[in-house]
Amino acid sequence: MKYEIQPTLPPPSSMIGVVGWLRKNLFNGPVNSIATIVVGYFLISFLVPTIQWIFIDSDWVGTSRDACTSGGACWVFISNRLDQFLYGFYPEAEHWRPQLAFIILMGSIAWLVMPQTPRKGLVATLLLVVYPIIAYFLLYGNAFGLNQVETHLWGGLTLTLVLAVVGIVASLPLGILLALGRQSDMPIVKSVCVTFIEIWRGVPLITVLFMASVMLPLFFPEGMSFDKLLRALIGITLFQSAYMAEVIRGGLQAIPKGQYEAADALGLGYWQKMILIIMPQALKLMIPGIVNTFIALFKDTSLVLIIGLFDVLAIGQAANQDPDWIGYSTESYLFVALLFWVFCFSMSRYSQQLEKKLHTGHGNR
Amino acid sequence: MSHSQATDKLMVELRDLNKWYGEFHVLKNINLEVRQGEKIVICGPSGSGKSTMIRCINHLEEHQKGDIIVNDIPLNEDIKNIEAIRKEVGMVFQHFNLFPHLTVLENCVLAPIWVKKMPRKEAEARAMELLERVKIPDQALKYPGQLSGGQQQRVAIARSLCMNPDVMLFDEPTSALDPEMIKEVLDVMIELANEGMTMLCVTHEMGFAKTVADRVIFMDGGQIVEENEPHEFFNNPQHERTQLFLSQILAH
Ligand SMILES: Nc1ncnc2c1ncn2[C@@H]1O[C@H](COP(=O)(O)OP(=O)(O)OP(=O)(O)O)[C@@H](O)[C@H]1O
Ligand SMILES: [Mg+2]
Repeated sequence: MKYEIQPTLPPPSSMIGVVGWLRKNLFNGPVNSIATIVVGYFLISFLVPTIQWIFIDSDWVGTSRDACTSGGACWVFISNRLDQFLYGFYPEAEHWRPQLAFIILMGSIAWLVMPQTPRKGLVATLLLVVYPIIAYFLLYGNAFGLNQVETHLWGGLTLTLVLAVVGIVASLPLGILLALGRQSDMPIVKSVCVTFIEIWRGVPLITVLFMASVMLPLFFPEGMSFDKLLRALIGITLFQSAYMAEVIRGGLQAIPKGQYEAADALGLGYWQKMILIIMPQALKLMIPGIVNTFIALFKDTSLVLIIGLFDVLAIGQAANQDPDWIGYSTESYLFVALLFWVFCFSMSRYSQQLEKKLHTGHGNR
Repeated sequence: MSHSQATDKLMVELRDLNKWYGEFHVLKNINLEVRQGEKIVICGPSGSGKSTMIRCINHLEEHQKGDIIVNDIPLNEDIKNIEAIRKEVGMVFQHFNLFPHLTVLENCVLAPIWVKKMPRKEAEARAMELLERVKIPDQALKYPGQLSGGQQQRVAIARSLCMNPDVMLFDEPTSALDPEMIKEVLDVMIELANEGMTMLCVTHEMGFAKTVADRVIFMDGGQIVEENEPHEFFNNPQHERTQLFLSQILAH
């Protein structure tokens, strides 16, 4: 028998082009088609006016509400108060300080995120160890010829980032210690850790913040004032470290017993075993959970408004009360939401990228 | 049959060893003396306590009664002694237990660097020497997940040897391997035996037992039931349970 050489044919037209794609993905069968039409209808009837309101009918330039005449969003409101949204009541002449702190932070993070950059370990160590000191002196001052800026003046995005970064950086190691303690053979260590974790997980963050701002001072001697921001930071960190501990415990449990045994049999001590063998494997598994906790923490920072700290959401609310700008609260809430979303979405994307990278790196398991 | 290389020095001593898991008495009055250079093969039915016994020797399991002495160091609650014993005792597991996040070379140098404080250069040179001996120097920079089971087990052996142990414990080192890979691992173990290593080996590879073992130990129900040199053990088993066990595994 003889076989003809088969010609290479283009795919049938139903598979290619816009029509092909639509037919395959949106209109394959009656149920799918109806769903597409219904969802499409709602999307269009919602999106079109929204986009029109945000972008087309909106006003962008001006100095007062008189500039807002088009009937759409009044972004003039935001741009006039942008400094407050970003820096709170931080003195204008000193705005370069949070800016510099922010640039160093983002620069180092970008360095760590980019795939090709060298010396990531060094940068990460500097970021965790040296950066907090630099940032403290930059923001607070009272040294190196910088004026002191009291923390009650800090606000807006600056304050949100301070709360989130400190919370994240401090709660991870604390959470690791708590998780290890919870697994410990030593009954006292174990019960202290379990009690700590369960107490903090059982109360809402709002209560924690109230207690930190109202009750904590009662335990300190008269006249000794204890910075309100610091109290909030301690509350947030302890609260989040309890959650972090549970995420980490989950990761630790996923490591096979054989890994512990091999490390023991080689004579590694407890900390060597944990730091060199168990944690690197567990942290890899825990990235999604850890980032989830970070994202939750980032959003939770907005609760500090109830104890009178002016994070970016509180600044937005304060702006809404301004008699000159009554009626533009939608704009300020949208703007605040956008700021939160940008940070949280970046974290989520980075974690996905990191996960992928770590998974392709090492063959099995 | 090998000529015994055993010296008079006692390397491992188990005296009246008893262990319980809760109420369950897993090890009952185990007495065993292993001299330097001696090769012991331990066999017995599943659940008879073979793993538990050799895992007590490097304190992966805790015993409740009796004494364990390794190279003159008594194994007690003193963490110093446990650490000292673990430095002298290497262990190879059924499922290799390599560290998947580290390369083969890093697996091998980790303990020498961190436990023995050996300089990295020296540790790497030594590791390469041993990887050479187990015939996989070219895999040094791969991750364990990229190797076959037989190769992984040979890495695990090299990793243990990097600590220059005086005693090697093997817990069914070939029973998780495909048949064609068993030989490459056994060859490495035979070579190691010929070099005079003290070995305690839980295995059902009777060919291996006949070639290298000085003594074969049969365990059942948490006890040592029978102990003999291999020729006698296989050809003239004394105990009824040994006979039954041998007839079962040789039937395969
Ligand atoms: N952690 C544990 N807790 C309770 N019982 C255990 C534990 N580990 C082992 N056992 C029991 O102790 C007995 C001896 O177990 P061991 O693993 O030493 O047997 P083995 O001789 O090595 O068997 P195998 O050939 O299946 O490996 C078994 O009955 C087992 O069920
Ligand atoms: Mg076993």
